[in-house]
Amino acid sequence: MTTNSPSPPGEATVDPRPAPGHTGSRFTRVLGGIVIAGLAVQLLLALVISPRDVVQGDLTRIMYVHVPSAIAAYLAFGVTALGSAVYLWKRSQFWDLAAAASAEIGVLFTAMTLITGSLWGRSTWGTYWVWDARLTSTALLLILFIGYLAVRNIPAERHVRSRRAAIAGLVAFVDVPIVHYSVDWWRSLHQPATLTKLDPEIDGLMLFTLVFSIVVFQALFLWLAVHRFRAEYLAEQLDAEGLEDALAERRAEAHTPAAPTAPTPSAPVAPRSDEDAVPVVSAAPGEGSRS
Amino acid sequence: MWREAALVAGKDLRVEWRSRVVLNQVVPFSVVVLLLFGFALDPDRGFLRQAAPGLYWIAVLLSAMVVVQRSFAVETADGGRDALRATGLDPAALFLGKAAATAAVLVALEIVLAVGVSLLYGVDLTRGLPLLVVSGLLATIGLVAPGMIYGALASGLRVRETLLPLLFLPAVAPVMIGATRAFEAALRQPPSMGEGWRWCGLLGVFAAIYTALGLLIFEPLLEDS
Repeated sequence: MTTNSPSPPGEATVDPRPAPGHTGSRFTRVLGGIVIAGLAVQLLLALVISPRDVVQGDLTRIMYVHVPSAIAAYLAFGVTALGSAVYLWKRSQFWDLAAAASAEIGVLFTAMTLITGSLWGRSTWGTYWVWDARLTSTALLLILFIGYLAVRNIPAERHVRSRRAAIAGLVAFVDVPIVHYSVDWWRSLHQPATLTKLDPEIDGLMLFTLVFSIVVFQALFLWLAVHRFRAEYLAEQLDAEGLEDALAERRAEAHTPAAPTAPTPSAPVAPRSDEDAVPVVSAAPGEGSRS
Repeated sequence: MWREAALVAGKDLRVEWRSRVVLNQVVPFSVVVLLLFGFALDPDRGFLRQAAPGLYWIAVLLSAMVVVQRSFAVETADGGRDALRATGLDPAALFLGKAAATAAVLVALEIVLAVGVSLLYGVDLTRGLPLLVVSGLLATIGLVAPGMIYGALASGLRVRETLLPLLFLPAVAPVMIGATRAFEAALRQPPSMGEGWRWCGLLGVFAAIYTALGLLIFEPLLEDS
């Protein structure tokens, strides 16, 4: 067992300040209040106030969830790509965590886009799934970023995981337009685009409802992402503290002549009996280390 | 850089030549995939011949994944990944060398599979042969370049066997689409070469983008082990 090995040069170090025990702050509470109020107004606008569509009737109301989710998902994956790029450049923990938190919410919104899209398709086309270009490329987008989240959860040291996740995030982002273009081309050779374009002569109140919904969903994204970001940050702090505690304990044992358990020098870091020691497991050297 | 890449490629091909893992394990595996398609789709109704381009490329895709896994399994054993870094070779050359060796192996596999498809599914491959060859080569680069990126990304991790397919398969969906459509166009009666060459364009763009990405990204990828 090596002693406290210094983190590689240039790597982000964990903030030594004591962490708060929760992810809330005045900012998130105000933002959360605005989001919840906004969602209530959105429901009212989308379900009651806005008129029925001439052609599609009430079915068009699904648009007020579908389109904002899709835009929020694109925004989220944009933030993930940006965070990945900045992490590779500056090695900053902030951007690493921002990329991670944003991708999680992005996957959520992509799934919502797919679900609402196929519900709409069920009523319009009579089937949950058609090989529509947008539906197909959205499904691939979802799987690409589920892959990114899988890289985020690999069992390895933090800097290994962060770097590989950043690369995966960037590559996935580059892949998205190619996937979109090729699927689009593939389907358009067989059939014209099936999804109706947004009607330019859209009713004023419907347009307002749509724009309002889009704004509310971006705020919802921000709210959720900030909480996820702080939760990830606290988890990393806890990891680091667990390692510090374990090291301090081993050092204390070395100074005690007759330790009750008499650990051998090569014994692995054992978790302490209390529940604080759980993070030690993930802080122990992974496969990537050369201890 | 080219000399270093040739060195790496030569090393990988020598390892393969001496171990014969691809010959003894991957080739039989890909032939079994062709047989499985025969069990899944009724061979008497002409489904196999109709679906041959798609089935061929699925077989290639699955084999490519195994070959990529193999290419990095060679490096992971006995700390090869670190040893490779310690050689001081240019990471871009490493990427090119490993990609070239993997592409050579994959081309050999594709030839075996093409013979298999023509024998087992009764497909006449002499029709539109230039289109088949060009699209096949471009698709090979389009599979190998992302394969190297994701192979390196997953290498040395405990979850590499399960992580690689999740990352690799959706990323190469455009190759699957482009190569299948190009083959379909070439095998059609009469061949519609114009459409086929357009799909080759897509395959070429995909291969170029991923090769450029690999050259840029291999350095940070290998840095961390």
